[in-house]
Amino acid sequence: MEIYFDNSATTRCLKSVCEVMEHAFFQEYGNPSSLHHKGLAAERCVQEAAERMAKTLKVSPKELIFTSGGTEADNLAILGAAWANQRAGKHLITTRIEHPAVAEPMRYLEGQGFRVTWLDVDAKGRISLEQLQEAVGPETILVSIMQVNNEIGTVEPVEEAARIIKAKNANTLFHVDAIQSYGKLRILPRKMGVDLLSVSGHKIHGPKGVGMLYVKEKTKLAPIVFGGGHQRGLRSGTENVPGIAGLGQAAVEAYENFEEKRAHLSALREAFLAGLSEFEWAHVNGFGSCLQHTGLKDERADGEHSEAAWDDRAGRENASVSSERADGEHSEAAWDGLAAPHIVSVSFDGVRSEVLLHALEDREIYVSAGSACSSHKPAVSATLKSIGLGRKALESTLRFSFGIENTKEEVSVCLKALKELVPMLARYTRH
Amino acid sequence: MFRAFLIKYGEIGIKGKNRHLFEDALVSQIQHALKAVEGTFQTSKEQGRIYVEALSEFDYEETLESLQRVFGIVGICPAVILEDQGFEQLCQDVIAYLDARYADKQMTFKVNARRARKDYPIESMQINARVGEKILMAFPQMKVDVHHPQLLLNIEVRQKIILYSEVIPGPGGMPVGTSGRAMLLLSGGIDSPVAGYMISKRGVKLDATYFHAPPYTSERAKQKVVELARLVARYSGPICLKVVNFTEIQLYIYEKCPHEELTIIMRRYMMKIAEHFAKESHSMGLITGESIGQVASQTMQSLAATNEVCTLPVYRPLIGFDKQEIIDVSEKIGTYETSIQPFEDCCTIFVAKHPVTKPNLNIIRRSEQRLREKIDQMVQTAIESAETIVVE
Repeated sequence: MEIYFDNSATTRCLKSVCEVMEHAFFQEYGNPSSLHHKGLAAERCVQEAAERMAKTLKVSPKELIFTSGGTEADNLAILGAAWANQRAGKHLITTRIEHPAVAEPMRYLEGQGFRVTWLDVDAKGRISLEQLQEAVGPETILVSIMQVNNEIGTVEPVEEAARIIKAKNANTLFHVDAIQSYGKLRILPRKMGVDLLSVSGHKIHGPKGVGMLYVKEKTKLAPIVFGGGHQRGLRSGTENVPGIAGLGQAAVEAYENFEEKRAHLSALREAFLAGLSEFEWAHVNGFGSCLQHTGLKDERADGEHSEAAWDDRAGRENASVSSERADGEHSEAAWDGLAAPHIVSVSFDGVRSEVLLHALEDREIYVSAGSACSSHKPAVSATLKSIGLGRKALESTLRFSFGIENTKEEVSVCLKALKELVPMLARYTRH
Repeated sequence: MFRAFLIKYGEIGIKGKNRHLFEDALVSQIQHALKAVEGTFQTSKEQGRIYVEALSEFDYEETLESLQRVFGIVGICPAVILEDQGFEQLCQDVIAYLDARYADKQMTFKVNARRARKDYPIESMQINARVGEKILMAFPQMKVDVHHPQLLLNIEVRQKIILYSEVIPGPGGMPVGTSGRAMLLLSGGIDSPVAGYMISKRGVKLDATYFHAPPYTSERAKQKVVELARLVARYSGPICLKVVNFTEIQLYIYEKCPHEELTIIMRRYMMKIAEHFAKESHSMGLITGESIGQVASQTMQSLAATNEVCTLPVYRPLIGFDKQEIIDVSEKIGTYETSIQPFEDCCTIFVAKHPVTKPNLNIIRRSEQRLREKIDQMVQTAIESAETIVVE
């Protein structure tokens, strides 16, 4: 039995997505820019996808720019905002745990004369809103914060962050990398106060090679790809019609029966965490079980904003809703739990991640190494380092990420495999 | 403009009565190398010369690159082949050739004619003088220098007439297949592909053995080794690669023996297994990429300890090379980029912090006694379960 627990790396395309794409490849093969009706039909295809996707975000379809994927969406947001707004200031803010698609353009801009503030995170991977508040100034043109961390699944308080940013500098643009959260959390950019938001197709059972950037109307953005002026000049190049159509379909599917799907993912995660808690050699990074979080509040010192952030299922159970949240206005918009329902990061005592990964692979269980490591070239994960993992833990971390197609039975099989493999492999460690 | 290559070979020329064997091997190696190149070629042997002639459209650069990987070739001369249409026509053709080939004619030259066909009406010396004269008339800026000419124009008069004026260096060495067969211990590192290249350069056909240790080493590490074998095979011809699962043996040694001795004992078993395959394929030796003192397992003492288990000679062509010298060769032959891909290989997984650098053979043998119970069976299993991949 093949068990695919690497859904944060990529997902399997849904049948319905493939069908929509095949239709676009084979029937609607026109160029959306062509004047004849073949072109018009293809343009309709793109528009329809935009409309369907816009609906899930409650934004206007005109605010969506389709890209070649999440990386390009992030690059366009950051480089585009920086180039277009540099006269207002040259200060950018981001976190230490961003995906390279955000971190690298930031680093590039540092080399181009911009100043970047890298926000720290706590041991669970959450940013400090106080540090953010201090960092935003009149020169700040862009803040970029990921909504769900791809390695440990921690959810960042982006809605609170938006309020803080806009209160200090109304002109500062706010970009959210929603590549791991879209389809897993309810995301309403307008209510959240987000100007730019990136989405990737293949993380939501859509096709690879297509992504989307939400650009709030009137946002000043410069293109990073030049050519025939497609998509309002922001992203030249003939639209990837089949990819975009597939993305639209995947987006609709992701938010259909949304509560059910989220509950299913959460149930898998909880079952996995419950199983892991019995192994003294397994340590969960980030937030563990959402059902046991009532005591965690004391660990944090974020003040009043933290309460809103605890509004996950545990929070609701506790009825500990902040005053800001009490009006109910945001309740739907900001399902703003602490942990994404689909990602679990685990460090195993005495086993190197690559070895365990291959041992699981041998049993047809597919997962990711938290940090790609080898004796030749250690590529240490910035996220795991930022939450304070030591060298040993860094080298022994795996990420399990669930998808809607996974089952509880698969979780049990995986737990059983871990129970057999880890103690066996731990006998042979490097000294 | 060039549709043919004249192949120069050095050492083969001095072989006595075996000479034709070497020449035939070279011709067949050239034919093999050109199989992968687009176009049809004819390789012929004629009076101590080998010619490669293109019979169809072909890619000049690609052909040249392929020839530069054939061991035994010392020089490759891009040549123009002319029909014999009288001496006047020859002179005109030579002038047209020079005009097309050399834009800047500020140079000294010498004509070097060779009359292999003795019924040609003009003698070599006469050809030299008269062609030279025509050249001087056509291009007054050119000057004759018979001692150190910048341009040496060769005219070979055979059934046809061959013109060439450049020698592009080949890899040298001897044609593969003229010196027997040897078994290369191929890891994923920088050294072993270079070692294989160097032995193959002396005309030796290669086989290879790779040890992997799943799950400690990944499928990608194995792919990398297959790729390295493929890169070496561009020079050596097809390589039969044995992939041996070494995990059980490695763990068993790890469990039973002192960790400082792990690498040495492990390498002794690798040599044994590789030698088994070597004998099976009638190889006459083993090849490793070791160089004295590079790592703990390559000190003189360690080499002696690993050498001791083999009865076949172990060839270590890099033994006196510094790391940088090895890297230089690996860059030249195109294996470096692949070698440095960061995948764990099975030698590095269980490395002790302080491995022995001066192993005592008696102590090593005593440690190996602890493996008595299962090791022979494990070695047998590893041999029997090895995967064979033919890399071309």
